[in-house]
Amino acid sequence: MFKKSFMKTAAVGCIAAVSMIGMSQSTLAATDLVVYSAIEAEDLARYAKTFNEDHPDINIKWVRDSTGIVTAKLLAEKDNPQADVVWGLAATSLLLLKSEGLLDPYKPKGVEALDKKFVDKGDVPSWVGMDAWVASICYNTVEAAKNNLTPPKTWKDLLKPEYKGHLIMPNPNSSGTGFLDVSSWLQIYGEDGGWEFMDGLHENISRYTHSGSKPCKLAAAGEIPIGISFAFRGAKSKAKGAPLEIIVPEEGVGWDMEATAIIAGTDKLKAAQTLVDWSITKKANEMYNIGYAVVAYPGVAKPVKFFPENLLDKMIDNDFEFAANNRKRILSTWQERYDSKSDPKKK
Amino acid sequence: MSHTTTLPDTDTAPLIRPKTSRDDKIKAVFMAVIGLYLVITLALPLYAMLSKSFSTYSFDLSNFEFQVYKIDSWSEPVTALSLNQKLNVVTPAELSTSSDGRLGVTAFFPDFSFRSITRYKIRQINLDSSFLVGSERIADTEWHEFSSNDFRRVVLRPSSSTGLDNYKIYFSTPSLFKSIENSLFIAFVVMIITVSMAFGFAYALNRSTMRFKGVFRLIAMAPILVPSLLPGIALVYLFGNQGMIKGLLMGQSIYGPIGIIIGSIFFTFPHALIIISTALSISDGRLYEAAISLRASRWKTFWTVTIPAARYGLFSAAFVVFNLVITDFGLPKVIGGQYNMLAVDIYKQVIGQQNFEMGAVVSVVLLLPAMFAFSIDRYVQKKQVAQLSAQSVPYEPKPHKRFDLICLFYSLLVAVFIMGLIGVCQYAALIKFWPYDLSLGLSNYNFEVMDGGGWGSYFNSIKLAFFTAIAGTLMVFIGAYMVEKTNGLTTARSAFQFLAMMPMAVPGMVLGLAYIFFFNNPANPLNSIYATMGILVICTVTHFYTVSHLTAVTALKQMDREFESVASSLKQPFYKLLFKVTFPVCLPATLDISIYLFVNAMTTVSAVIFLYSPDTTLASIAVLNMDDAGDVAPAAAMGMMIFYTNVAARLIHIFITRKLMIKTQAWRVR
Repeated sequence: MFKKSFMKTAAVGCIAAVSMIGMSQSTLAATDLVVYSAIEAEDLARYAKTFNEDHPDINIKWVRDSTGIVTAKLLAEKDNPQADVVWGLAATSLLLLKSEGLLDPYKPKGVEALDKKFVDKGDVPSWVGMDAWVASICYNTVEAAKNNLTPPKTWKDLLKPEYKGHLIMPNPNSSGTGFLDVSSWLQIYGEDGGWEFMDGLHENISRYTHSGSKPCKLAAAGEIPIGISFAFRGAKSKAKGAPLEIIVPEEGVGWDMEATAIIAGTDKLKAAQTLVDWSITKKANEMYNIGYAVVAYPGVAKPVKFFPENLLDKMIDNDFEFAANNRKRILSTWQERYDSKSDPKKK
Repeated sequence: MSHTTTLPDTDTAPLIRPKTSRDDKIKAVFMAVIGLYLVITLALPLYAMLSKSFSTYSFDLSNFEFQVYKIDSWSEPVTALSLNQKLNVVTPAELSTSSDGRLGVTAFFPDFSFRSITRYKIRQINLDSSFLVGSERIADTEWHEFSSNDFRRVVLRPSSSTGLDNYKIYFSTPSLFKSIENSLFIAFVVMIITVSMAFGFAYALNRSTMRFKGVFRLIAMAPILVPSLLPGIALVYLFGNQGMIKGLLMGQSIYGPIGIIIGSIFFTFPHALIIISTALSISDGRLYEAAISLRASRWKTFWTVTIPAARYGLFSAAFVVFNLVITDFGLPKVIGGQYNMLAVDIYKQVIGQQNFEMGAVVSVVLLLPAMFAFSIDRYVQKKQVAQLSAQSVPYEPKPHKRFDLICLFYSLLVAVFIMGLIGVCQYAALIKFWPYDLSLGLSNYNFEVMDGGGWGSYFNSIKLAFFTAIAGTLMVFIGAYMVEKTNGLTTARSAFQFLAMMPMAVPGMVLGLAYIFFFNNPANPLNSIYATMGILVICTVTHFYTVSHLTAVTALKQMDREFESVASSLKQPFYKLLFKVTFPVCLPATLDISIYLFVNAMTTVSAVIFLYSPDTTLASIAVLNMDDAGDVAPAAAMGMMIFYTNVAARLIHIFITRKLMIKTQAWRVR
């Protein structure tokens, strides 16, 4: 009795399931596009909505995580890609993916309009940039006053003994922002000078965090007076009312860009190309500009509230190829120098 | 009868035999199916991980050839290997690298200058490796010509082979192997403190007549209901640089061993308490009567009667705590600061550096102490079973005013510690912007604008917990039934027992990583479950299989095997017996298993961190990710949502158990 009714239910269920699958295919023609991204969580919905205004037939399914995790995921899935498009991942990561042959080169319509800095140098570009993501120092004025600190003006200022134990920066071995800082210092001061600078900095660092936005959020929360992070995060926290000052060191600051690329082997190439085409339009760049002061489309950027004004001038001439091709070496050297220390620092 | 399946001779067999034999065959098939499940979801992934740890990358210098244009002709092709033999610019240690390795070629040409007009050619001899020009990948065997300025952008990529190189790299990198010492140290310290603390608490519960025992018991179990990283968040609010009572640390930083130890004590406490409390509750009252009549002091009785009787429980608790701490990932990630631990190293290698091979090596290193502690624990637990004899009389504590007061005071301290940490989290979740805006509000519950997947992840977690509880309980119970109530097949049964014990020895991080290697392989026919809710359910069921299995086996053992004999002599098929008798009798145990799976599925972080997908973000992972992004208060808020959900699940569980007990367990009351 039980058996029979069970079989019946199962059969009915199967038929229902099959017909539902059939229906969803026939009535909803929308393409689901799996898009991997490291865009800040609060911007995801807005980006998808703006895109859907022009292309309602493409449905974006976000996979959002921090830069490191998204990159790790893409590399792990190397032989069996799950993503169709990467929209908003660090160029350094995309270079890594490119050198593994994971990206499908594509020249989006209207790419000529973009600032050359923001386009991959290949004959057919493998990726195109969206906006820049610039290192900065988040300085909590309230906590700094409590500790009698003076605001630093340069990177080198951070080596002063007064900042000992009052600094936090991301660990380059687990954060893209951390690596951005390290590679920029190596470019600003040269290899030897860069490591010498970091030796001194390490003496003042209270601890290294796993994520790039955390130092700024910790500074915003007063957990630490000074967090080495990026300008975007600082501006957001400042807008929320945190007593922050965003400092752009005079020597210049490292930066990376968020970029877009198509994953090789996607079976939704057309939709993927549509998205990439759209991602470099003026409209898209205006959308990026709401959070980011520096975008790929020249002339679009309006000043963003709470962003430091001199940011664009201070961006170093970043050599992404150097960063990508020396990444492994830089990371192991960093780990060897600063990560083996096990005792927690006393204040 | 026990050899019906192997007996070839059927002529003389009684009529009843074919019946039982068919039952046994069906049971054997069930056992094989669940055994196969464990092989596929545990043994094979671990094997995939092990082989990954032996997959090495090195620069094969003999595979690259160069030509240099000198004056008016190209030089003879020369391999990088012979150039290096002459110049010795790259040491053998530098040749072994990771999948991300890159080696510049200009080092092989001492007189290289990018301003020179010299031209260079490079090619691969066979297709085993590749080289890059900038970021452009070249993997053919053609000659490629470059100007000096472009030639400096050429880097060689490694080719893969197998060997022990990864292990060599691991053990020659101090920043990596130092974590072994750190992990062992923390696990050892926490083991000693937690076991002593839990012993005191269990002693108060079992040997005193203090009041509020029920309340204390409930409070002590609370840490099981939250993710292990939640105490870390509470500690930040208490002892961080803006901490409420940071003065108590006297300038020491909470980020590091101190934080990990305090937090670990919190989350391991109930696990130790359950084991020790059981050990204390089964002691033989007659021994105490004997001690009193021999006029032994309380102190002496404690050391000669109580401790020896509880020693196996203490050992067992110690190893369980050790194992929990050394394999935990969430807590050291949140509050570990610069203090490296093995489980976090796996994460850093895989997520930070995308070095999967090294992640696999660390996993293997972490597997060893975990397996060691586990096997000792199994050994000790086997001994404990023989403790009680049928003549034992349960010990009845007598009132003793001063002692009861001390017990009450101590239990109160522990309860304050536990509820304090949970309370701080709830408080932190409600404050708008610590420490600058202390007004209360629900803004931190607006998960949609944070990392981690918003409220969706919370509902995903509940879904996962439900599926895990239902699928897991079914599977575990059937598996345990088949292995317990099947006749013969001794080898198969012990093989199954071994498989069922294995998950407990495998740290969650290791299991999760092994799943990537195994299930995300396109050649794997099960590949389609990758990135679905299915793989999360499978992973979680497997991760928590052992304890569930043991619970089911214990319950089934209570039932005499005579039931089976009687049923078969009445020519009743086994499933009738299973559904009509065995299952109803074991219902309390099955409910226990399902709530155990539910709660753990809600709180687990380590196993699923590598496996969730956009549609299957989880609340526990969201806690971790929000904390990671610096959104500590929302992380605390989500952690508390997990807590309340688990409390609710527990309450429902108690309610259902009571109802069902009345319905199905009336026979227990004489």
